[in-house]
Amino acid sequence: MRRVLVALALAAFVASACAPAVAATLPTEVGIRIHYSRFAPNRIEVPANVPITFTIVNDDPIDHEWLIGDSAFHNRHRGGTESVHGDRFGEVSLPALTTKTATLTFEPGTYTFICHFPGHEAYGMVGVLVARG
Amino acid sequence: MRRFIAGAAVLVAALIATSQPAAACAGLIGPNGAVNLLRTTTFAGYTNGVEHYVTSFKFQGGSGQFGSLIPLPDVPTKVEKGGDWTLQRLIRETEVFAKRNVFGPVALSAGAREDAQVLMQVKIDALDITVLKGGGEAVGRWATEKGFRLPPDGPEVLDFYAARSPIFLAAVFDADAAKARGQQIGDGTPVHITIPTANPWVPLRILATGKNADARVEADVYLLTDRKPVLLPAPFANGMQLQYSQTASASLLNDLRSDRGMDWVPEMAWLTKIGINAAASQLTYDLAVSANGTVPSRVAAGLEAPAKPQAPSIPPSSQPIALVGIAMLGLGALLLIGKFAPRSVRP
Repeated sequence: MRRVLVALALAAFVASACAPAVAATLPTEVGIRIHYSRFAPNRIEVPANVPITFTIVNDDPIDHEWLIGDSAFHNRHRGGTESVHGDRFGEVSLPALTTKTATLTFEPGTYTFICHFPGHEAYGMVGVLVARG
Repeated sequence: MRRFIAGAAVLVAALIATSQPAAACAGLIGPNGAVNLLRTTTFAGYTNGVEHYVTSFKFQGGSGQFGSLIPLPDVPTKVEKGGDWTLQRLIRETEVFAKRNVFGPVALSAGAREDAQVLMQVKIDALDITVLKGGGEAVGRWATEKGFRLPPDGPEVLDFYAARSPIFLAAVFDADAAKARGQQIGDGTPVHITIPTANPWVPLRILATGKNADARVEADVYLLTDRKPVLLPAPFANGMQLQYSQTASASLLNDLRSDRGMDWVPEMAWLTKIGINAAASQLTYDLAVSANGTVPSRVAAGLEAPAKPQAPSIPPSSQPIALVGIAMLGLGALLLIGKFAPRSVRP
């Protein structure tokens, strides 16, 4: 029993010691390519509370957008009427064959990025970003 | 010179037969509501090395501009207003036959980005028709720059077709202009397209563009060839059904020949009708047709990618051409959602 407790304590210590180490190895510059109405990569891990620079390349001859946030954010955009974004956190409009950069800082948690042009989310234009603290 | 006629009439979405539900059309979105492209019917005939397509576009409801992108196998030499009743006569021929219980279509462009080249522009009634040459990206960019919105699978589908032929026809219908002309909603505008080609195929995959995977796609494909054609894929258990296959009647051929611009219709031909009733996810291929007895090309059927993008070619007049079966699936193709359509309009 004592050995189990020691093992658990050691495991907890290692985990807590490694967490900041893992976050330190995560990228602070991320490239995302949009091709055939898909994000690549569609799963990203970044360190939390650190400015992350995203370079998003739209390789399609049609407009897209990269909107990142929580479920409430996306619910608002699913019913939104704005055709162009860009001045608010997590909202990037990408005209056809353009490249945009955005620098964002995330609190620890999981976020979703979606293109909310009609039909694009249902088509699969969705990704996940995990910010590790 | 072999003479034969290939005829292909394709209904996109709503379809040829009047009994077909108009609701089968993919939805074109206009700024003030949904616009349904009721039906697109195409007849293609081939004789003396030249393919003739007669296509009709009908629109119902809405306003603003709407259009479609249609892949073509080669460069057309002429686009003009078509006959008034060729398509209807073809439909009637197969409906009568059925009652008797007799039986019877991307590789990304390499190198620097090039603009789509406009080969031809024609206005027919309220239809603005543009023939474009370019890769999938160039053609998609042309449409986007014109203010139209392609569906999310548009870029991939454009590349799929551009790999075989960089020729597309854009048909843009101006509903407001039609009203100004006194056209009634639902009136058809027949268009006759003349295309020399040695690589016949009927685009089917484009019917599924913009649709959910489980959405149903219904269409009719009419083929008129000098003899019974060989098809690839064979219309069997893949969303396609062979519904009619026999020698075209003298009555039909005489009637077709008497319509405007149809004096090239030959004395003898084989009529084939294929019914499409498939889930959108099933239509990953096109219909390759051979009317000379050889096995059609897998590349023409979209079952294999070409080794390299195909350049359009005008075959020498002495070279027999298998089939001209390019049916224009104006609707099902890439729907160019109405110009000026605001984000607020949701399908």
